[in-house]
Amino acid sequence: MMELFDFIQQLFTDYTSRTIGLGTIVLGIVSGVLGSYAVLRRQSLLGDAIAHAALPGIAITFLILGVKDSLFFLIGAIITGVIGTLWIMGITRFTKIKTDTALGIILTVFFGFGIVLLTLIQQMDNANQAGLEDYLFGQAATLMEEDVFIMASLGGLSLLVVGIFWKELKLLTFDPQYAKTLGFNTRFLDVLITSLIVIAIVLGLQTVGVVLMSAMLLAPAAAARQWTNKMGVMIILAAFFGALAGITGTAISASMANMSTGPTIVMVAVTLVVLSFIFSPIRGLLSRKIRELKSRKTLRKSKTLSVMYQVAINHENYDHPHSFQLLNNFRGFHKSCIRELRNEGYIAVTPDKQWKLTKKGFEEAQNLYVQKNE
Amino acid sequence: MQKPYAIEVNDLTVAYRFKPVLWDIDLKVPEGVLMGIVGPNGAGKTTLIKAILGIVKPVAGSVYIYGKPYHKNRSRVAYVPQRGSVDWDFPTTALDLVLMGSYGRLGWIKRPGKKERQGAHEALEKVGMLDFKDRQISELSGGQQQRVFLARALLEDAQVYFMDEPLQGVDATTEKAIINILKELGKAGKTVVVVHHDLQTVPEYFDWVTFLNVKKIATGPVKEIFHDDNLAKTYGINFQISEATQS
Repeated sequence: MMELFDFIQQLFTDYTSRTIGLGTIVLGIVSGVLGSYAVLRRQSLLGDAIAHAALPGIAITFLILGVKDSLFFLIGAIITGVIGTLWIMGITRFTKIKTDTALGIILTVFFGFGIVLLTLIQQMDNANQAGLEDYLFGQAATLMEEDVFIMASLGGLSLLVVGIFWKELKLLTFDPQYAKTLGFNTRFLDVLITSLIVIAIVLGLQTVGVVLMSAMLLAPAAAARQWTNKMGVMIILAAFFGALAGITGTAISASMANMSTGPTIVMVAVTLVVLSFIFSPIRGLLSRKIRELKSRKTLRKSKTLSVMYQVAINHENYDHPHSFQLLNNFRGFHKSCIRELRNEGYIAVTPDKQWKLTKKGFEEAQNLYVQKNE
Repeated sequence: MQKPYAIEVNDLTVAYRFKPVLWDIDLKVPEGVLMGIVGPNGAGKTTLIKAILGIVKPVAGSVYIYGKPYHKNRSRVAYVPQRGSVDWDFPTTALDLVLMGSYGRLGWIKRPGKKERQGAHEALEKVGMLDFKDRQISELSGGQQQRVFLARALLEDAQVYFMDEPLQGVDATTEKAIINILKELGKAGKTVVVVHHDLQTVPEYFDWVTFLNVKKIATGPVKEIFHDDNLAKTYGINFQISEATQS
C-alpha cells in the first residue's frame, strides 16, 4: 500500500510517472467515450477486429521506415485497421456470410499476418526492432511525452467531433433508418463514428496492446451503462471509469515489480464492470434480487391475510380466534410471514396459541379482497 | 390545374438480390385520406413504405409528395417505424425519444431548445403519455412504446404520415388512442398511410385501402374495393370476408 502512495506522489514529481499517468488517463477517457458508441451500436466485436487488424500496419510501417516511430505506427495502424473494417463491412454486405463469421475471419487473418511480419522482423539484422512485440500486450513504460501529446490532441479532437455531432450520433445510434427519413446523411455519420472508434483503438495500442485493447474500449462503457439510463451520463461515466482504470492500473503495476501495465489496466476495468453489474442500484443483480424477494414477501403476506379474512368472515365477529392448524389446511403459510403480520398489528395471537384478526388487519384484508374482486 | 396528389408513386420496383419484392407499384393517394395497406406476410408492405421513404433503394420508380420528388419534400413526411426495429434498452427517456422528431427541422448541429421541448410535451400529451415523459424507454409497455413512437412522428408536424404496423401487439387502450389520433389527423387534412394486418378492422379504421402482394392488387375507397374478389386476389383463392367485417 505504501508504494501506491509513493506512486501518487511520484505522479506530481517524477517526469516518467507523470507522463505514463497522463497517457493512461487520456487513453481511458477517449476509449470510454467512443467505447460507449461501440457498445450501444452493438459493434463490440468490431473493436476487437480493428485492434487486431492494426498489428500488420505497425509491422509494415517498421519495415518501410526501419525505425520505431509511434506517430507513423499510428498512421500505419489506422490504415490497416480501416482496411480490415471495410473488408468486414464488404463481406457482410455482398455475401451471405454473417457479421460474426466475417469478424472472426478478418480478425485472425490480420493478426496472423501481423505475427508473421513480427517474426520476420525479429530475424532481421536491425538493432531497432527490439520492443516491437510490445504492441501485442502494450508497454506503458515506453510512453514518451510526444506520445502523450499525440494521444491528447487526437483524442481531444475526437471528443470535440463527438460533441459537435452529439445529436446526430445519438439519433444514428438509436434509430439509423429514422435518421435517414429526417434527411441526415447516415452513410457519412456511420463512417464518422467508425473512424473515431478506430482512432480510439489505435491510440491505445502502445499502452494496452492489440490483444487487450477491445476490453479497454468496452469495459468502461459496459460498467457505465449499469449506473444510468441517460446516454450523456453514461458517456461521462464511461470516461471517468476509463480514466480510473488507467490510472489505478498504472499505479498498481508501478508499485509491484514487473507487472505489465496494459493487462493490469484491463483487469481494473473488468473489476469495475463486475462491481457495476452486481451493485448498481438500477440494473445491478443484487438490487434486482432484493426487489424480487421483497415483492415475493409482500405478495405472500397479502395472500395469507386474505385467507385469514375468508376464514374470519364465516363468524359473526371478525376477531374470533382460530388455530394455526386451520391455515395449514387451506394452503401453506410461512412462520416469518405470521410473525410479521403480528408485528405490524394485522393479527394477534391469543395465550392458547390461536390467531385472530385485529380491526386493522380485518380492514386491510377487506381492502385487498375488494381490490381483487373489482 | 389539378391539385397534386399527397402521394404519387410510379413504377416502383424493389428487389433483394435476385428476387423482386415489389413489382411495378403505381399509387395515387389524395390529400386527407386514411389508407391501410393490407396483404399477406412477405407481400412487401413494410418494403413499400421503406422504398417510398428512401430507406430501401428501389431498382426503379419514382415517388412524389405533393407534386415534388420525395427527397425535395422530405419535411412534409413523417415516419413511424415498426416498434421492433430499435433497441428499447437504449439509455434514453420517453421525452428525449420524442424530441428526435424535431431533429429533421433543426438540421445539422443545432440542438433542440425550449420550443422543441414544448412541442415534445404537447405530442406526449396527445398520445396520453405525458406522465411517463421521464421514464426510461425500456420500462414502458409495448403499447406505451408505440404511443411514444407516434408522438415522435407528431412532433415532425408533417402533412403525410407513414406508419408501419402501429397496432401490432398493442393493448386496447393504445389501439383506441392511436385510432383517435389517426382520425384527428385525417380531419386536419393530413394523409396517413398505415401498414395493417387486421382485416376485420379495415372498414372501421380506414377510408382507403391498398391490397398488396408484391404487385398492387387494388387501391381505392374501402366502400368500393374492399370485397371478396380483391381479398381473394391478394390472399389466395378461397378467402372470404368474415361476417364481422360485412355487418
